[in-house]
Amino acid sequence: MSEALAIGAPTARKREPGRLWIVPPAALLALLFFYPLALIVRQAFLDDSGVANVAEIVRVLHSRFFLNALVNTVTISVAATAGCLIVGLVLALILAFVPFPGSGFIARLIDTFIALPTFLVTLAFTFLYGSAGMLNSGLMEAFSLPLPPVDFLYSTWGVVLAEVTVYTPFILRPLLAAFSLVDRGQIEAASVLGARPFRIVRQVILPAAVPALIAGGSLCLLLTVNEFGIVLFIGAKGVITLPLLIYGKAIQESAYQVACIIAVVNIALSLGLFGLYRFAAGRLGV
Amino acid sequence: MLVWSRSGRLVIWVIFALIFGVLFLAPLAVILLSSLADQWNGVLPNGLTIEHYGDVARGAAWNAVKASLVTGFAASALALVSGAWAALSLRLQGPALQRLLGLLFFIPSAVPSVSVGLGLLVAFSHPPLLLNGTIAIVMIAHFVLISAFTFGNVSAGLARLSPDFEQVASSLGARPAYRLWHVTLPLLAPYLVAAFGLSFALSMGELGATVMVYPPGWVTLPVSIFSLTDRGDIFAGAALTMILVAATLVLLLGLERITKRATGA
Repeated sequence: MSEALAIGAPTARKREPGRLWIVPPAALLALLFFYPLALIVRQAFLDDSGVANVAEIVRVLHSRFFLNALVNTVTISVAATAGCLIVGLVLALILAFVPFPGSGFIARLIDTFIALPTFLVTLAFTFLYGSAGMLNSGLMEAFSLPLPPVDFLYSTWGVVLAEVTVYTPFILRPLLAAFSLVDRGQIEAASVLGARPFRIVRQVILPAAVPALIAGGSLCLLLTVNEFGIVLFIGAKGVITLPLLIYGKAIQESAYQVACIIAVVNIALSLGLFGLYRFAAGRLGV
Repeated sequence: MLVWSRSGRLVIWVIFALIFGVLFLAPLAVILLSSLADQWNGVLPNGLTIEHYGDVARGAAWNAVKASLVTGFAASALALVSGAWAALSLRLQGPALQRLLGLLFFIPSAVPSVSVGLGLLVAFSHPPLLLNGTIAIVMIAHFVLISAFTFGNVSAGLARLSPDFEQVASSLGARPAYRLWHVTLPLLAPYLVAAFGLSFALSMGELGATVMVYPPGWVTLPVSIFSLTDRGDIFAGAALTMILVAATLVLLLGLERITKRATGA
């Protein structure tokens, strides 16, 4: 079939010189996406009256609010991705190799989380772990405490936990696909020969999972760096990330040059992670 | 089967139930419960009521549902046409250009949504392209953000398509337009429907770019949920979130049924 394709392609191209068909969708994307993107970069160098202002860039890049947001963004992203990888691996191992009645349905249910809005989880966490939430009320009633004992929601860790919930399905999906290709006979042979489950996981299953883990992990890094809804809904004063800072500067303070400078940094970071993801996915054939 | 002993398997299933329950089941259940909660002072609500649904239905809910559905439909339809068009015409290019353009069509999915909104504000706030404050800018923002996903879905479908059908059609003398309309597009239909469903769902939940560009009077569901919870009205916010989830799931399930019926699977 690939032979037919190789022979068919050049003749098809000679017969229909339809190479210009790409122009309309490309022009649409150029106007609506790449042109605004270029203007962000231009605006980053110009102040609000349109004069070149490089000193402002230096000031913003050295400012406390920018550095704080950058550190927060990277910390949350790395921690959430690590969490997603661990939770995703554990869930996928059980779903694929220790299945139970209804495990297929559960896998599909987790998959639908991809289609749900990310802030749903944050809103739910307010009811579960907020200062007046179920967990705190329960603990306060049970041990007659005067103050809510659980107080992680309005911190970096609240954001991390919410992002783990939202982005684990992005790890689970490629992992389950990779595990479906693992030879079950090999595992049974190993276990008949006396290998303990832990060793089988390490020596047989994990090597098969590495490409999916790398591709899924870099996708998670990208998505968590760009996440906006979860951080906005938690609304903690101390947890400001780059996207939230851009929103604050542009909409609440109307400081467009500052917003554009931060946006350039954020976009560069995202494109770097996107490159990593494409490299990993392409290299490993996921 | 990795674990043979019955007790070992039970332990593992309990671990699974704990993780699944805490991370996935509890949030969904608690949103549903809180949207129905009368008053909530203890561990569980004091009583159940559908009052919050009534409140949001009397309030801005219908406008928000309408804004989200119209935006989602317009943006997804445009993204479907442009994504399918791009994927199909990309096959006519040379290999080097194909790789480069393919990458460029994917890049919108990598750029943070807030920055997409910021770019549209910077680009379209002055004449001759004055779109700031219109409904169109919201649709454009959604279109840009979902365009990469439709393009990706259709490209994946094209890659899986057996070239035989198209070859046979050409060798029987079918002209390119006829072949596209009667052979390629029908074969692609399941992927087109899936792409449309995914982009509709993404558009329904979009928040980052929308809060940057939305005009007064075109408040989508996620934005009105945020303004409700920001005001402290979290029960009404939960009710509106349930409406959003229900609308998204009904849409996805409906599209899945259409695909299944069309492909006879």
